[in-house]
Amino acid sequence: MSKTITIDGKTIPFEDGQTIMDAAMAAGVYIPHLCHQPEFTPHGSCKLCTVKVNGRNCSACTYPAMDGQDVLNETEELIEDRKRITQMLFVEGNHFCPSCEKTGNCQLQAVAYHLNMLDNHFPLFYPDREVDASHPEVMIDHNRCIFCTLCVRASHEKDGKDVFAISGRGIHKHLIVNAESGLLKDTDVAATDHAAHICPTGAILIKRTGYQVPIGQRIYDHQQIDQVSLATEHPKHGE
Amino acid sequence: MRQFIRGIAENNHYQATHLLQILRQIQSRYHYIPEPAIEQLSELLSIPRPQIISVIEFYSFFHLIPRGQYELLISDSITDHMLGKKSLLDYLANKLGVAVGEVREDGVVSLDNTSCTGMCDQGPAGLVNGYALTRLDHSTIDKIAALINQQKPLDEWPNELFQVDDNIYKSGLLLDQQIEQGAALKSAFKRGLKETLKEIDYSGLRGRGGAGFKTAIKWQFCSEEQQSVRYVVCNADEGEPGTFKDRVLLNSYADQVFEGMTVCAAIIGAKQGFLYLRGEYLHLQDKLQSILDQRRQNGLLGNNILGAGLDFDIEICLGAGAYICGEESALIESLEGKAGIPRNRPPYPVTQGYLGKPTVVNNVETFLAAAGIAVNGGDWFANIGTEKSKGTKILSISGDCAHPGIYEYPFGTTIQTILNDCGADDVLGVQVGGPSGTFISNQEFDRKLAFEDLATGGSFIIFNSSRNILDMVHNFTHFFAHESCGFCTPCRVGTSLLQKQIDKIVEGHGSAGDVVALEELCQLVKNYSHCGLGQTAANPILTTLERYPDLYQDRLKEISYEPGFDLDGALETARRMANRDDAGAHLAQTQMESEHE
Repeated sequence: MSKTITIDGKTIPFEDGQTIMDAAMAAGVYIPHLCHQPEFTPHGSCKLCTVKVNGRNCSACTYPAMDGQDVLNETEELIEDRKRITQMLFVEGNHFCPSCEKTGNCQLQAVAYHLNMLDNHFPLFYPDREVDASHPEVMIDHNRCIFCTLCVRASHEKDGKDVFAISGRGIHKHLIVNAESGLLKDTDVAATDHAAHICPTGAILIKRTGYQVPIGQRIYDHQQIDQVSLATEHPKHGE
Repeated sequence: MRQFIRGIAENNHYQATHLLQILRQIQSRYHYIPEPAIEQLSELLSIPRPQIISVIEFYSFFHLIPRGQYELLISDSITDHMLGKKSLLDYLANKLGVAVGEVREDGVVSLDNTSCTGMCDQGPAGLVNGYALTRLDHSTIDKIAALINQQKPLDEWPNELFQVDDNIYKSGLLLDQQIEQGAALKSAFKRGLKETLKEIDYSGLRGRGGAGFKTAIKWQFCSEEQQSVRYVVCNADEGEPGTFKDRVLLNSYADQVFEGMTVCAAIIGAKQGFLYLRGEYLHLQDKLQSILDQRRQNGLLGNNILGAGLDFDIEICLGAGAYICGEESALIESLEGKAGIPRNRPPYPVTQGYLGKPTVVNNVETFLAAAGIAVNGGDWFANIGTEKSKGTKILSISGDCAHPGIYEYPFGTTIQTILNDCGADDVLGVQVGGPSGTFISNQEFDRKLAFEDLATGGSFIIFNSSRNILDMVHNFTHFFAHESCGFCTPCRVGTSLLQKQIDKIVEGHGSAGDVVALEELCQLVKNYSHCGLGQTAANPILTTLERYPDLYQDRLKEISYEPGFDLDGALETARRMANRDDAGAHLAQTQMESEHE
C-alpha cells in the first residue's frame, strides 16, 4: 500500500522524503509559491504556500508529507490571506508593473493576478533602494527584491559560486554581492549563471534582453501561473 | 591588524562556528569590523565574504562603520521609560554633545538605544562597550560624561557604575538552598542515569523558557537518536523585555546550572555543552569562566568525570544583540556562527540540532531545577505546584512596585498574592510573560501563575493607574519590528505594518476603519509567521484591544477616512518654495478642524 495524503479532499500518493509541495505538484495540484523551486533546497520564507495540515498552518514547501495528513489548500481563508501576504511583498518594495521590463514574465505579478489582488491594501513603504547597473551583462534592481534567496541558493548550489547573500535584519534586509566594492561588476557572476536567471521578479535581469519578447506574448500573458508552474516545475520535469 | 586577526582566528582554531566570538573581539578592539578584517576572515575561516557581512549586519552589536571608542547604549525597555529614560537620554546626549544614533565628530563616543538589557530591577540601564551600567540618573550621567571626555579607560571607571545586584526578595524550593558542588552528579550516578531520568520525568519538570515542553521527554528523545555525537545547550539569551532571572541565577547559582547541564550530558550521552550567554551579560563572562575552571579542577568537567567514565565540557558563547536568538533553532544557528534565523521544523533540535546532531536546548532555570531534582528526587519537586504545572517558577518583577527583583513562587499562586508581596498598589494591570505574553487588567488578579492559566518565562511588569497602556503597546510593537529577523514575509513586513498602524492611531491620525484593519493585520501576523516571534508580536495589541477597546476607539477621528500622514505638513516644502505662509497656503486636515475655523 502506498502512503497518501488528502489535499482539499483529493487523495494524493507520496513517497518518503517528499514534502507536501512535492506530492502536490507531482499530482498536478498547484500551491502558490515564490521562494520555492523544486531544484533547490526549500527555504520556507515567503509563506505563500501556507496550507492547513490537520488544522495547523504549515509551509507546504518544507513540511514533510506524512501518511493520512488532511491538507487544506484552496479554502477561502487561505486564498484571502495569501493575497494579503502578496500585498505585503508589493508594499515593502517598489513594484511598478507597467514600467518594469519583467512584466508578463514576473512570478510576483502572476501570483498576484492568480490570487485576484486588485490593490495594495496596505500603505506603501517607498523604501530608498538602489539599482546596480555596473556589470556589463547582468543588473540588479533592488527595488524589486523580495528576499526569496533563490539567487543565493542557485549561485551556491548550481553555479558553485557565492555571488549573493541576504544581509541585514527585519525590514532592513537587503541583497548583497560578493565584492569589496559591493558592486556586481566586481563579482564573478556571469550572464550564463543559473543565479542570473532565477529571480521570480525583476530584481536580477540580463541586460538588453528585456523586450525581445513583446508585451502581450509573454509567459503569463496567456496562461495562469498555476498552469505554467505545474508544466515547468514538476519535480520529474527534465529527467 | 592582520596579526591581531590571525591571532584571534588561531585561538579559535580557524573554526567557522566561532565567527560570532571572533567578530565580538574585533568589534571590541576597533569599534567596527573593518573591510580588511572581513577579507582576511573570509580566507582564514573559509566563509564567503557576503556571509560574513550578513552576520555583521544581523546582530545589533556589530557595525560596518566605526562607532565611538566608547559605545554607549541605553536600554529601551518599557521599564526604563517608566523610570524616566527619555529625559535622561536627552540629558546624556546634551552632556556628551552627540545625537542619539550618531558618533561624535571626534570619534570618541557614540550613543544609541538598545533593546532591554535585563536590568529592569535597577534601571534605567545601559551598556558601555558591552558592560552593563545600572541605576542611571543625572549624577551618574555627569560622571560618565566626564570619564568619557577625559578618555579614561573603562577599567579605571568607578565600580559602582557597573554594580549589578541580585535583588532576591522571595526564595522558595530552588533559591532557598543551593546543592553542594558535585551533589547532583553523585546522586545521579549512584541512583543510575535511567532512574534519574525517571525522577525528572516524575517531577513533572517543564521547560522554564515559557513554552513548557516536558524536560524528561526532550532528554529521552535526544538520547534515543541513532547518532554518536550529541550536544547540550543552555539558553541564557533571556531577551524578553522585563526578564532578568537568568542573570541572577548565573551570578549566584551558576555551579548548579552547570551541574544540571552535566547531568543532562550524562543521561543523553553528550560530550560537549554550550552556554549561550546573551551579549548584554558580558559582565558575567569572567566569573562564569572561573567557575568552569574550578569545576574542571574538581573533576566535575573534563575527562572521566567523578571516575564514572563521563567525558563532558562546557564552552561559553556570547550573543551579539538579537532577541530572536532566544528561539532555540535560531540560537543553534548563532552558535554555528551564523545569523540567528529560526530553522524550518521538523526536524527539531533533539533530532538535528547543533551541526545537525541531536541537541537538547534548555533554559537556565530548567537546568537549575533538574540538578535539584537529581539530588532531592522527583517528589521534592512534584509535591509543589498544580497538577499540570509542577514545582516553582522564578519571576523577574519590575515596573510600578516597591521592590522590583527576583521572586520564586509555587505554580498556582495568584497574581494578587504576588502584587501584595512586591508592594504594588493602585495597579492598572500586569504584563505577564513580557511583550510576547499577556496583559491582564486589574479585574483578573485572581488568575494563577501556571502553564494552564498564565504561562510565563519569568517577566512580570507592573503598571499603575498613572500609566498609559497605549504607550506600552507602542513600545512593545516597536520592539518586535526591531527584532524581527526578516526571514518570513508575514513577520518582516507585518511587524513593520503593525508599527505604522499603531503609530497612526496613537498619534491621532486613525479613523473608523483603522482598528478593524489593525486587528485583521494582527491575525495575519500571528497565524502565518514562521516562528514564535511573529506569532506573538501582535499579542500586546490583541490582549489590550480585547480588554480596552475604548482606549483605541477614543484615539480615532470622527471621519470615515483619515490619511496616514499630516496633509498640511506635507505641503511645507511647497510653501517654502513659494515663500507663502498665508491661510490659503494651508490645508484643513479634517472636517472638524475646518468647522472650527
